[in-house]
Amino acid sequence: MFAERRNGSLRIAVASGKGGTGKTAVATNLAATLSSEGYRVVYADCDVEEPNGHIFLKPTIRSVERVGTPVPDVDLSRCNGCGKCGDICEFSAIVCMNGKVITFPELCHGCDGCILVCPENAIRETQREIGCIERGRRDGIEFIHGVLRVGEAMSAPLIRAVKQKLSDEDVAVIDAPPGTSCPVIETVRDTDFVLLVTEPTPFGLSDLRLAVEMVRALNLKLGVIINRCDIGNSGVRDYCAEQDIPLLLEIPDDREIARAYSRGQMAVEVAPSLKVAFAGLWERIVTRISSRNDE
Amino acid sequence: MKIAITAQDNELHSAVDPRFGRARWFIVIDIDTGDFVPVSNAKNLDTGQGAGIQAGRHAAELGVKAVVTGNVGPKAFRILKAAGIDVHIGAKGTVEEATCQFKAGVLGLAKQANVEGHWA
Repeated sequence: MFAERRNGSLRIAVASGKGGTGKTAVATNLAATLSSEGYRVVYADCDVEEPNGHIFLKPTIRSVERVGTPVPDVDLSRCNGCGKCGDICEFSAIVCMNGKVITFPELCHGCDGCILVCPENAIRETQREIGCIERGRRDGIEFIHGVLRVGEAMSAPLIRAVKQKLSDEDVAVIDAPPGTSCPVIETVRDTDFVLLVTEPTPFGLSDLRLAVEMVRALNLKLGVIINRCDIGNSGVRDYCAEQDIPLLLEIPDDREIARAYSRGQMAVEVAPSLKVAFAGLWERIVTRISSRNDE
Repeated sequence: MKIAITAQDNELHSAVDPRFGRARWFIVIDIDTGDFVPVSNAKNLDTGQGAGIQAGRHAAELGVKAVVTGNVGPKAFRILKAAGIDVHIGAKGTVEEATCQFKAGVLGLAKQANVEGHWA
């Protein structure tokens, strides 16, 4: 269904429960591998609070676009102080105290509920800037990322805006924020496959469980990548086997990879064996997407 | 006159909760008679954002003229000001002691928030 809508293009989200497991490393290396194999690839960084894919992909930025979210603007001369706006708001972004309306735009989720219920049509929609989208290119890779304004708590509308920029490339590799909350759900929804990157430690396993539950609740296909696979214990592998979750790739805890990472280089640039590994990963993802009855 | 003192538990000897929005209890005291009623504010403890706003609305619904607490953030202060509720900060010790501090007039009357919001 999604494939039809997007002219056969595939969207792959790279997520994790735990932070620092290697989402961006996986996403950028996968994007670079696919690009070198001739696919038209777009890399979209939806980790808008801390986007860092640009450090590795080093795109030339061509355009910057500001992104806002709708917030209410109250015409107090028309307000009758009924308080219906405050009653419908789930986020306390608009409150009526003693017949006087107070707004907290930074809490507004942009649902327009207050505008709809106002009997006096005293509220109109205005925009509040939450961040920007930068677009560019590196070799064959189309690059998009969202940058949230410092101090801003509302990232989902910016993530949505980043995803709206995705067009008809063959593959979109979407870098998700860590965790399992709203920004992550906004990022992975409507994708064709979710890659969960973890590390083989008790922390990695605990957060992987949460991430798997989230992806399953969204009815999306998933697979696991274990990064630094030779540390820790067998907990993650045992869990994947027990839950029938495909283990798609294991990346070793390698000094060469770490050195490249710390210099802002991609692992596939320094370790040709990894390029083969990422190409194999892609084949397994495509097989999983085309099969109907797993996950 | 009724005032609300933020508290960590529901009795007069309970410790004052220095937080307003996420205080577990409001002890509503009639300072003329000494009668008090503990009111739970627990539903605000798990609020992602806007705890101060909800607590401010809660205080207004309770019909108090003043709030006695440790600190007040910017959103809570705006709500309390709009509701015409005085905010007295710097309360320490137990609820009973804070009542005495309020009566003695030693608590500062906040003219603005004295701490940052937890969400910018």
